[in-house]
Amino acid sequence: MMTVTVNGESRDVPPGTTVSTLLTSLGLHPRLIVVEYNREILDRTSFDATEVREGDNLELVHFVGGG
Amino acid sequence: MSSQMLEGASATSLDSPFVVAGRTLRSRLIVGTGKYRSNDEMVRAIDAAGAEIVTVAVRRVDLDRTKEEGILHHLDPERYFLLPNTAGCYTAEDAIRYARLGRAAGMSDWVKLEVIGDQRTLLPDVAATLEAANVLVAEGFQVLAYTNEDVITALRLEDAGCAAVMPLASPIGSGLGLVSPYFIREIKSRLSCPVIVDAGVGTASDAAVTMEQGVDGILMNTALAEAKDPVRMALAMRLAVQAGRLAFLAGRMPRREVAVPSSPVTGMLD
Repeated sequence: MMTVTVNGESRDVPPGTTVSTLLTSLGLHPRLIVVEYNREILDRTSFDATEVREGDNLELVHFVGGG
Repeated sequence: MSSQMLEGASATSLDSPFVVAGRTLRSRLIVGTGKYRSNDEMVRAIDAAGAEIVTVAVRRVDLDRTKEEGILHHLDPERYFLLPNTAGCYTAEDAIRYARLGRAAGMSDWVKLEVIGDQRTLLPDVAATLEAANVLVAEGFQVLAYTNEDVITALRLEDAGCAAVMPLASPIGSGLGLVSPYFIREIKSRLSCPVIVDAGVGTASDAAVTMEQGVDGILMNTALAEAKDPVRMALAMRLAVQAGRLAFLAGRMPRREVAVPSSPVTGMLD
């Protein structure tokens, strides 16, 4: 397993995990999520091809109520 | 509560179009989506408000409570123009980061920029706001900048290329109404870009008085969300914004410190 940080929390994921499979495993719909991958915004078309690596930092954000 | 009874000839054909960043808007009332007691109430209030633009915040997905849904599960982006904000940001760097995340959601290039300077007042850090505005405009954003009622800052934000400048009526969430009508009028008279008053409106009379200053629109959230009945208040605000706008365009009568009779003073009986 590899350890990555997702929204500030450490998570163990199996080798070969992509951003897409990570989102799916978390029950998230990729269309509604913006991914910041090691401080860079990841284009949605790259979710499938981007394999996460040990020590990566991901922020998964979406729109919530606000003024 | 019919929402059609208010529009039609009266409000729209007697007003000029409200255009922001090349987009013609059908409502001068922009509403937020925060702090409602339920999503259902929020949706009904926004409908009653007749708003076209609604603001949203960018936040981490809550991974432990996946049934906590994002706002897109409740608001149809085909029907509403979602305006991401940078609320909660205290530095230009953070605000730029949140603006980019909001744009990456793929709705538009628009951002409601706010850089807060102080937790107690939530007043803007105007230097940081200007700094962020310059960067975001250069990156192609349409920046709608929250600011205070300082005319010079408003002018600088317009010079920076902001699509709209949004001075506060009073502090965010305070409901204190329009504190500085003079400065709001001055900002409106000095700027060419749209001026949208953002924050502080508490009830319908506040909205009407604000629009009577000649500003182009109002953005509000707490006044609806924290009303006992947000749907009724939303309709009240919709009417008040229209009423205030029409009253401004109509031009009020002069104020006099003396009474003047409305009925003829001649023709009285002996």
